[in-house]
Amino acid sequence: MSGVTLEHVSKVFGNVRGVDDVHVEIKPGEFFTFLGPSGCGKTTTLRMIAGFYYPSAGRILFGDRDVTALPPNKRNTGMVFQNYALFPHMSVFENIAFGLQVRKLPRPQIKEKVERALSLVHLSGYGNRRIDQLSGGQQQRVALARALVIEPQILLLDEPLSNLDAKLREETRFEIKRLQLELGITTIYVTHDQAEAMSMSDRIMVMNGGVVQQIGTPDEIYNRPLNRFVATFIGETNLWEGTVVGIDSGEARIEVAPELVLTGRVQNASPACQLKVGQKTAISIRPEFIREAKPDDQHNVVKGNIIVSEFTGASVNYVTEVGGNRLRAMFVNQGHRVRQRGEELALHIPTESIYFVG
Amino acid sequence: MKTELTKPAAPKRRTSLTASPYFVYVLVAPLYLILFAYVIYPLFETFLESVKADGQFSLKNYAAFFDPEHPANLEALWTSLYISVLSVILCGIVGVSMAFLLERYEFPGRRILSVLAMVPMALPPLVGVLSFTFLYSESGIIPRTLQWLFDLEQVPFSLKGIWGVLVVHTFTMYTYFYMTASAAIKGLDPSLEEAAASLGASRLTVWRRVILPMLTPAMVAASLLVFMISMASYTAPLIFGVDRTMTMQIYLSRTNGNLEMAATQSTILSIVSILFLILMRWYQGARSYQNLSKGISVHRTEVKSPLGRYLAMVLSTIGVIVLMLPIMVLVLISFSEDGTWTVQILPPSYTLDHYVELFTDSKTWEPIATSFELSFIATIGNVIFGVAAAYAMVRLKFRGKTLLDVLIMLPWALPGTVVAVNLIAAFSEPSVFSFQQVLVGTFWIMPLAYFVRHLPLVFRSTSATLMQMDGSVEEAARNLGATWWYSFRRVVFPMAFSGVLAGTLLAFVQGIGEFVASILLFTPGATPLSVEIFQRMYAFEFGTACAYGVLQITLIIIVLFFSRKLAGDKAGTAV
Repeated sequence: MSGVTLEHVSKVFGNVRGVDDVHVEIKPGEFFTFLGPSGCGKTTTLRMIAGFYYPSAGRILFGDRDVTALPPNKRNTGMVFQNYALFPHMSVFENIAFGLQVRKLPRPQIKEKVERALSLVHLSGYGNRRIDQLSGGQQQRVALARALVIEPQILLLDEPLSNLDAKLREETRFEIKRLQLELGITTIYVTHDQAEAMSMSDRIMVMNGGVVQQIGTPDEIYNRPLNRFVATFIGETNLWEGTVVGIDSGEARIEVAPELVLTGRVQNASPACQLKVGQKTAISIRPEFIREAKPDDQHNVVKGNIIVSEFTGASVNYVTEVGGNRLRAMFVNQGHRVRQRGEELALHIPTESIYFVG
Repeated sequence: MKTELTKPAAPKRRTSLTASPYFVYVLVAPLYLILFAYVIYPLFETFLESVKADGQFSLKNYAAFFDPEHPANLEALWTSLYISVLSVILCGIVGVSMAFLLERYEFPGRRILSVLAMVPMALPPLVGVLSFTFLYSESGIIPRTLQWLFDLEQVPFSLKGIWGVLVVHTFTMYTYFYMTASAAIKGLDPSLEEAAASLGASRLTVWRRVILPMLTPAMVAASLLVFMISMASYTAPLIFGVDRTMTMQIYLSRTNGNLEMAATQSTILSIVSILFLILMRWYQGARSYQNLSKGISVHRTEVKSPLGRYLAMVLSTIGVIVLMLPIMVLVLISFSEDGTWTVQILPPSYTLDHYVELFTDSKTWEPIATSFELSFIATIGNVIFGVAAAYAMVRLKFRGKTLLDVLIMLPWALPGTVVAVNLIAAFSEPSVFSFQQVLVGTFWIMPLAYFVRHLPLVFRSTSATLMQMDGSVEEAARNLGATWWYSFRRVVFPMAFSGVLAGTLLAFVQGIGEFVASILLFTPGATPLSVEIFQRMYAFEFGTACAYGVLQITLIIIVLFFSRKLAGDKAGTAV
């Protein structure tokens, strides 16, 4: 097993920059996710690691070994494709055995390894099935077994859950995570689904327009986004524009609307944001931090009329209008009365929940 | 693999030839070379010959062609054109109405009719025309039967001349309209009609505004196709004695030794055909109605009134008889004793000998062996070329793709007569492409002609299956460590195999039935089956000729059956 290093990797298609100067070191055994909207370059980056594209600039290393120009069949990576790419003319067994046959393993050993892989993905006894006799979830697991059986240095997963229905997706998510932890294999996972990325990854690389936006743990990415794109792409948030009107004793006051000044902590700012009086900045407030105002709340109390009231079961979501801005708040359902549209709601925005994005 | 980890160092970037972005041109170069050598170069040689008179550059031949004083050539061009137009109209009427009846109505006899509607596909060109002369010509079975039944002085009708050509064209080519129209009708979402009806449209308006416009692309495509095939038609004019068509004029010029005129006529016919090919491609690119809705359910109107059912039954029976007669008459005559059938309605005496002779008499067996050999050689070439070209077209990225596509389709657009004349022009002298051999007058010119004529068949069926195959499947194989060749062998080829096989069988069986180019190229030492049938007919050996014909038809039916099976269990991606 080895880590993967991308050294200033770029990929140009014609005149279009697909991937621009990606520089990242993925540690051995890490579960690393490329996250971003479609067309952000995440799949292109993955395909360069697999060897289906050669980078236009930069180097790719597996451990210390430069694989930049190595053809895909010499890289020993295991890849699971979005549509699984199972061989339709082969049985489940033959599909999984393919990579071992390529490596010219003796027959009994192939049989043993395939059986072990099948049981690893809970498909023992399915070896003789044809691919079209399997459900989507089972096909997915065959693809996973086929990629793992060759004992790859790196496991590459290209949106492996996107063809599954919601329930299976969750089940398979646990399954992939379990296998990764069990085998301790370096895993690179591509997805556009931030919930998937957050729940599975050790670290996430957020990409947009071919450019890396932020690399960090799920916690860092969510709580300390580097820029507006990351703040809005990961999770839901209220992004308000404002002007800093005062800074003292570690607290900054920001005017987000006439007569509406909020107080936040100076340390609670993105490194890209240097707070100065008079500076315009954006603040991000996560809906789940907001709570109903109590009579003794001193500042950061806002009042507004409810525009949307949404009861989802686990939570109640309100959108209110506050000083020309929309404010989305999420309350965990604890049996309180659900407010109706049009009612006035007083909300408290805790000081520590205000994050200066810059 | 673990061992690879210890391997020392980084390979330099793109040192290997195969990783170069230009390597793909090395791969596709042979394809272009073959097309150039055996399609373009012969076409060009024919053109060169056409602008030569007495060894010097001259447009004399073209002047002679368009000379109003001697209008034979212009007349031929005109006749070819109007036969083609009439063929399109007749095939359109027959094909579309059959498609509608069979797809939209449920009546007694519908099932059997819809199977038999494809029978004309099983008739090789020469054998099909012959069976029509047996049936409907002046001495044919049907006119003579009617004469005898009604005690007439003369036969009431007979098929000859241009009408003969048109009837044969209609019978053999309506299938193109029938197939495209029924596919289009099957694809029509009934809910579109229901939507139109709910918006207040009458049945007639629904037809005029919804159904016909949706069918137009399919109809135009079929029209162009039938027009092209009619222009290229050679066998029907030959047998019905219509000398003034382009193909016949080429044949006559060639047999009279006026090679320059033959070249001129060929060039003009090529230009017409190529124009039509371009027109077809342009039209296919310009218009196609993708059906937007999913899950189309066919609904057929059942014919319920007793009168309607009775009528449908009678008409279906007539339809079945008309469709089956050509094959039945061939089978019947194949059992007749040679030289005994003269003025009788049906052959008077029968024997099994012809079939026994086919496989025991070495002289009778020879043409069969020759045709198998010729077709086998040509088909091997077609498979290698077709699979390589299809893979290149579907999987590789390179400049000049459209050119390659057009060049491959070109031989298909060229009439067989023209292909033959081109090859004669190119290979009557030693050339690089024939390894400094003279090919004309040898055995080898024929497999070459078959190869060129059937060039698109394997290509088309293979690229169709390759296109259904997801590219990531090949990538998966490479990712698992397979080399390009290993993944081609174990994954790509097996998955495309049904398409390759279908095209191969078709090319092979077409080679067995090939007549148009063979008649111009064959040598006495190697007479292919169709030419032998033609000669036997003129030697009054109907029985043997028909036995050969039945053999061809049997082969075609077997192949059609298998191709259907292959198309049935498609090997697409499993998703």
